[in-house]
Amino acid sequence: MPHPSAETKASAKVSLQGISLSYKANGGTHLLALEDINLKVNPGEFVCVVGPSGCGKSTLLHLIAGLQQPSSGKVLIDDKAVEGPGTDRILIFQERGLFPWLTVVGNVAFGLKTKGISKAERQEKIQYYLRLVHLGKFKDSYIHQLSGGMRQRVALARALATEPDVLLMDEPFAALDAQTRDLLHDELERIWAETGRTIIFVTHNVREAVRLGDRVVLFTFRPGRVKREFLIGLPRPRHLEDVAVAKTAREILDDLREEINKSLEAEYSHEAVR
Amino acid sequence: MKRFARYLVFYSALIGIWFLLAKLKVWPPYVFPTPQGVLESLWAGFSDHSFWIAIGVSMKRMLLGYSLSVILGMVLGLGVASNKFLEQTVGGLLVSLQSLPSICWLPLAVLWFGLTEKAILFVVVMGSLLSVTIAMETGRQQMPKIYGMAGRNLGARGFPLFWYVLLPASLPYIVSGLKQGWAFAWRSLISGEMIFVSLGLGQMLMMGRDLNDMSLVIAVMILIVAIGYIVDGLVFRTIERRLQQKWGLTPAT
Repeated sequence: MPHPSAETKASAKVSLQGISLSYKANGGTHLLALEDINLKVNPGEFVCVVGPSGCGKSTLLHLIAGLQQPSSGKVLIDDKAVEGPGTDRILIFQERGLFPWLTVVGNVAFGLKTKGISKAERQEKIQYYLRLVHLGKFKDSYIHQLSGGMRQRVALARALATEPDVLLMDEPFAALDAQTRDLLHDELERIWAETGRTIIFVTHNVREAVRLGDRVVLFTFRPGRVKREFLIGLPRPRHLEDVAVAKTAREILDDLREEINKSLEAEYSHEAVR
Repeated sequence: MKRFARYLVFYSALIGIWFLLAKLKVWPPYVFPTPQGVLESLWAGFSDHSFWIAIGVSMKRMLLGYSLSVILGMVLGLGVASNKFLEQTVGGLLVSLQSLPSICWLPLAVLWFGLTEKAILFVVVMGSLLSVTIAMETGRQQMPKIYGMAGRNLGARGFPLFWYVLLPASLPYIVSGLKQGWAFAWRSLISGEMIFVSLGLGQMLMMGRDLNDMSLVIAVMILIVAIGYIVDGLVFRTIERRLQQKWGLTPAT
């Protein structure tokens, strides 16, 4: 297993250099969402980002995707600065990112069309990726006709079809039931192994992070900073119920708990003010 | 079935009362026509094709005027929605102009275009343009932002982003404004057609007045309501429901 260390000579796939983001909250005060994030992700690495809600971990994905610009710092992909969205980095949203006016095929074809891929090649890719996520039978269904798990698989196929180097996943399985999530974990791990993509996966579920990641990055509560990184050396395939997974998750959770308490305190004090 | 029975009872009662009032002959028939008279007028109008022609002429104007105002409203609405300055200035003006009944544009239209087809079209466009524009504007604002992000994320920008993502994404929010626009256009059209020999349903009404033919007036009014209801209640409502279902705004049945 390729073990990342921040100082390896090999150039990083994704490199975040001193990323900070602040925005104006109502009342004119500046709210610091992210503070001095430095992170390197190697090619083909599966990195999970965990942190309490409100730590800016979703925002970080938006920055990498180029949908938002940092206040300071740089996002580099293959040592080149990101200036806007690009199909080399596809973001999978937690929900509702699929286009309801298109069929499954239409959704998967969308990114291929904007890339200007020919129709014949497009059909080939659509078929390949729909089969990869086991949705071949539902290619002509509309999104509202699918279950939550199937929708997430469409999102996965749509993202994979453009063959991005980097997959950005924003709590993609949070809204799913446990069984569906387990299944999709297996599938994601398999697809990752087959396609060799670099994945940055945001979640608030530590066990999920340990189950999937080569490395788990723990964020602090507002402003979001990298608190600690954990290398997960456990052999694959892993399972959510593995004792080793649970044990590692436990260690991370002890660190995370402190941040969760801070987020809860902030929430309660907010309520007290009201 | 129960709903249908309720409708049947209500409308039978309504026509029954009408029939009795007419039978009492309190007012002369050119003031208060009998149901039979109206029915005969309807029958005569359809069998000598004059109603078909009037409907055809009016619908043609509607389609032309409404399409124009949808296209113009789309451009205007998106322009306004895309820019904060325009939103505050032009947007505010549009909302205040909406309180102007569209028939108020008629004197202006007649002076500009004379008693012509263009004058009627102008009134129709002015009648619905504002609703469509405002619908576009609010549609863009209400649409979940995630669609735009997902579209850009998948490499769409500029016109394709608008045409293939932002426009369809905001459709369920726009369609009620389009419906309202249609209703306003329909009203404006009928008023506009009354002004001169325009062959449409509006002129049919004025013809009934000129001939002291109250039955004809009522018959045409029924026609106008019926067409309005069919388009508004059946066409638009069906589209609206389908969109909401497909876009996941209401649970699928």
